Amino acid sequence: MLKDITLGQFFPGNSIVHRTDPRVKIVLVIAMIVSLLLASGVFSYALMAIYLFVIIAVSKVHLKMVVRGLKPIVMIVVITAILNIFYTAGDVIWQWGFLHITKQGIYAAIEMVVRIMLLIIGTSMLTYTTSPIDLTEGLERLMSPLKKIHVPVHELAMVMSIALRFIPTLIEETEKIISAQKARGADFETGSILRRAKAMVPILVPLFISSIRRAEELATAMECRLYRGDVGRTRMKQLKICSADYISMTVSVIVFAGTIILGSFGL
Amino acid sequence: MSYILEVRDLTQVYSAGTPFERMALDHVNLQVKKGEILGIIGHTGSGKSTLIQHLNGLLKPTSGEVLLDGKSIWNEKGKCDKNTRFRVGLVFQYPEYQLFEETIAKDIAFGPSNMGLSESEINERVREAMAFVGLDDSMRDISPFALSGGQKRRVAIAGIIAMRPDVLVLDEPTAGLDPAGRDELFEQILQYHKQSGATILFVTHSMEDAAKMSDRMLVMNHAKIMLIGTPKEVFSHTDEIIKAGLDIPEITKVMLELKNRGFDVDTSVFTVEDAIKALNAFKEGKPC
Repeated sequence: MLKDITLGQFFPGNSIVHRTDPRVKIVLVIAMIVSLLLASGVFSYALMAIYLFVIIAVSKVHLKMVVRGLKPIVMIVVITAILNIFYTAGDVIWQWGFLHITKQGIYAAIEMVVRIMLLIIGTSMLTYTTSPIDLTEGLERLMSPLKKIHVPVHELAMVMSIALRFIPTLIEETEKIISAQKARGADFETGSILRRAKAMVPILVPLFISSIRRAEELATAMECRLYRGDVGRTRMKQLKICSADYISMTVSVIVFAGTIILGSFGL
Repeated sequence: MSYILEVRDLTQVYSAGTPFERMALDHVNLQVKKGEILGIIGHTGSGKSTLIQHLNGLLKPTSGEVLLDGKSIWNEKGKCDKNTRFRVGLVFQYPEYQLFEETIAKDIAFGPSNMGLSESEINERVREAMAFVGLDDSMRDISPFALSGGQKRRVAIAGIIAMRPDVLVLDEPTAGLDPAGRDELFEQILQYHKQSGATILFVTHSMEDAAKMSDRMLVMNHAKIMLIGTPKEVFSHTDEIIKAGLDIPEITKVMLELKNRGFDVDTSVFTVEDAIKALNAFKEGKPC
């Protein structure tokens, strides 16, 4: 059950999508979000959908994984669709008591569903094709101007990369502890809410303890390698903009511009 | 012959239908006799841990069944009989990381209290379990987190023993312990076996430990049972064991090397005592 979480999961590969500089990818994702919000009409969404499916195909990420990444937001999508269908004013085509469905409502619902799904697919393609290390380094470099106003950019990026790194470890650990307590007859599924909350104690206490232990070990290991934060730190792998980045940027910018232009005409 | 545990055609597939699909158990058949000590050996990823998690119903078989006292542990509705967990006590690898209570006694009592026993009964069982693993009764009210690693492990094992399981399954109980701690823990497990008559299954990476401790040994390889039998029977297949990439006891290696150099000695020995006997027999000119 916990294994279904694909958040922050990375699928290694060597496609042009994988090789694109993380900074470029982050900026492009932001641009994609903006153009998606400016899109309206069938053609602008279709253009964006084609663009995303080409990225999925080129990156060779399994379509199944992309679909699975959508699972957690199914409820949000459904609720958004229902609200849009019933609460949009316009030409009523069906009515029952106080409930009514309008033509505009259906259009709005479809638009919202498509928009949310494309948004999630687009952003998850970023994490699927970028290793957590690259991702945080990209973020750090993009935000480095903020260092001038004493924002601890490097530290924040380090915290983020450590957090991402430990998600799978902690999931695995949680599953192990759940199994161990089940072997002692622990019951997490029956009883009142209070009982079930109490049943979490045998999981949470060992989990906290092992997290603290891991944090301590990691801190010691980092100190052993003379980690002192940002000052004087150099990198073995320097980020450099290369041909893959120019190709990605050109294609993406054309698609985004097309989406926005089509959107502005409502096509 | 009555078997306390029977595994029939057990198959387990992980992540079915995804690119990560993997067969962890491939039509495994196994019969465990009442009161025996069975050592389980195999590579990392050979299916040992998956197998033992099936024995108390933590995992649900993809196909096949697990029988406890001749009765399937899964009922028709696809639910696992709750008593299975108490009758087949499973001690996980590094069990000390599952401790959570304020005192040792309370932690050990977690299992028994989930069984719904009376307070006096729980107390009795906690005392008994602590004695088995060599923890003094005066330690009842100490926090388990104040203990050393080896002692924490004893508390965790006591937590399972306190359920008085008919079958005690241990996943690498001595991993990470020093040699003295390892011997002591094995001694206590044997003691428990003798006094309670419980069936014991244990997973280990050490051929020496498996050979020394068990009545029968089970060697797993690639999700299947490769060999099963008494240590003597298993070590008469040293070639297969080595081919599967597993180690054999040091003393068996010595005997094999002797044979390679032209001395016709018995190579199925696995303890130093037996090796001395075999060598003496060879010296007297009657190889066995």
